[in-house]
Amino acid sequence: MTAITATNLTKRYGATVAVQDLTFEVLPGRVTGFLGPNGAGKSTTMRMILGLDRPTSGSVKIDGRSYAELRRPLNKIGALLDAKAVHGGRTAHNHLLALAQSNGISAKRVTEVLDIVGLTEVAGRRIGGFSLGMGQRLGIAAAMLGDPEILIFDEPVNGLDPEGILWVRTFMRKLAAEGRTVFVSSHLMSEMAQTADHLIVIGKGQLIADAEVGEFIGLSSQGYVRVGSPQLSQLAPLLGGEAVLHGDHLRVTGVTAAEVGETAARAGLVLHELTFVQPTLEAAYMELTKGSVEYEAVAA
Amino acid sequence: MSTLVLRSEWTKLRSVRSTMWTLIATAVTMLAFGILLPLAVANSSNPAESGLNGTDLSLTGLGLAALTIAALGVLTISGEYRTGSIRTSFLAVPGRVNMLAGKAVVFTVVSLVVTTAAAFLSFFAGQLVLDGTGLETTLGAPGVVRTVVGAGLYLTASGLLGLVLGALIRHTPGAIVSAIALILVLPQISALLPGQWGETVRTYLTSNAGQQIALLETRPGMLEPWAGLGVYLLWIAVIGIVAAVLLHRRDA
Ligand SMILES: Nc1ncnc2c1ncn2[C@@H]1O[C@H](COP(=O)(O)OP(=O)(O)OP(=O)(O)O)[C@@H](O)[C@H]1O
Ligand SMILES: [Mg+2]
Repeated sequence: MTAITATNLTKRYGATVAVQDLTFEVLPGRVTGFLGPNGAGKSTTMRMILGLDRPTSGSVKIDGRSYAELRRPLNKIGALLDAKAVHGGRTAHNHLLALAQSNGISAKRVTEVLDIVGLTEVAGRRIGGFSLGMGQRLGIAAAMLGDPEILIFDEPVNGLDPEGILWVRTFMRKLAAEGRTVFVSSHLMSEMAQTADHLIVIGKGQLIADAEVGEFIGLSSQGYVRVGSPQLSQLAPLLGGEAVLHGDHLRVTGVTAAEVGETAARAGLVLHELTFVQPTLEAAYMELTKGSVEYEAVAA
Repeated sequence: MSTLVLRSEWTKLRSVRSTMWTLIATAVTMLAFGILLPLAVANSSNPAESGLNGTDLSLTGLGLAALTIAALGVLTISGEYRTGSIRTSFLAVPGRVNMLAGKAVVFTVVSLVVTTAAAFLSFFAGQLVLDGTGLETTLGAPGVVRTVVGAGLYLTASGLLGLVLGALIRHTPGAIVSAIALILVLPQISALLPGQWGETVRTYLTSNAGQQIALLETRPGMLEPWAGLGVYLLWIAVIGIVAAVLLHRRDA
């Protein structure tokens, strides 16, 4: 059973192609990270899933139905898109109450979700005075109102302090462990590496990778062999591939560690170190999204 | 539109302070003019010969009150666009037109209660001030109840005009300026239009038509009170339909 199915999803804003021919599935019981550089189209995709923006072409379904077809949708799917998008003049309680009432959710549940996110004490305070972290918690409380099977979070830890980040991460893992579908976006791999089970990576609106976190590194070619030797200058020209001097050792790409060892033995050269270094998730991500970064920093 | 949407919209309306303040401003405007104008007339020489009537005098606040209630109408929806909370609202109620209808119904009920009460208060306050001038009147006099009730209807309709403009324009200042233009400026400017064509425009233009229901002495050459209100409501319906169609089509 799939929770969210996007099929050839495309969105254009005038001349800007925000999302292009995106096809993917999000499954229950795990955290699916939705990764991509700034401007990759993550928020746009999420807005289309939630029926806020209309796809230019293609479609996206929630358990086989479009968002607009859901009756009392908060009971099925909860979302946090932009925690600041609330009326600051309302109290946290009234904000949640209005949402709850529209979907036939009891006032008791409002008290419950406030408790879940730890905002009980400030329930009667106006949202305008909330800190970023409190706002984020309120947004998560709103998403949890209908006790939904599917949760969508757009950059939920943006601007949070380490404690807040840890809380959100733990919370998302718990939701997935309960069998729910958790779809969460980020532009940072370091963040997703610790939260997600599965990764969907997009760049410039197009799908780049759709893989388990464990498989993800394999998609990248960026491993290298670290070679230490007192005779580096003699060894370097003999190696195939590309060798770059890093401090007192070489980083060699394009050949395996075994090949390096055999080359050294044939030439009678001494090796002090010979290690294959796996790329980090971060490095794999950087490599995969290279060339699809919307606004690249230009070196001065 | 379900009762769920109505309950939710009622919670939204009552839980922001601007609602309370604009409602109070509307009532205070009505009451202040309803006392001050009768006071000025009562202190003039020979008020009975002034050609004025006690009912219309006590309801002179209508012109300004229509603008404050229109501002509330605008804010009911443009406030959600300004904060971005409209998206959360659409997540909860994907039937956007339903939500707009729910807002309109809740707004209408709240506004009718407040503006009708304010109109009656202004009427009674005005008559107290006018007591002994010969201009004072009672609810029993012909057309008076229609006029005072009509004041509540006209004000509420003006608020609805603000609401549909807010839904159409989605931007508070733009919608408020449009409301002022449609309720105050254009109807007045239309007096300058020449000829038969100008007269038709003048007659049917928004508040020129709508305000007739709230005048005891309706303006000559203009529509009958109920016909006038009908035309005003038609304006609102047309703008509301355009807003609903766009609401359905546009990205949130
Ligand atoms: N309403 C809109 N009108 C015009 N262009 C838009 C609109 N929304 C998004 N875009 C454009 O679509 C592209 C994708 O934007 P989107 O916000 O979906 O990216 P993102 O992956 O969420 O980025 P970020 O990590 O910065 O949040 C960008 O080029 C953006 O400028
Ligand atoms: Mg985004």
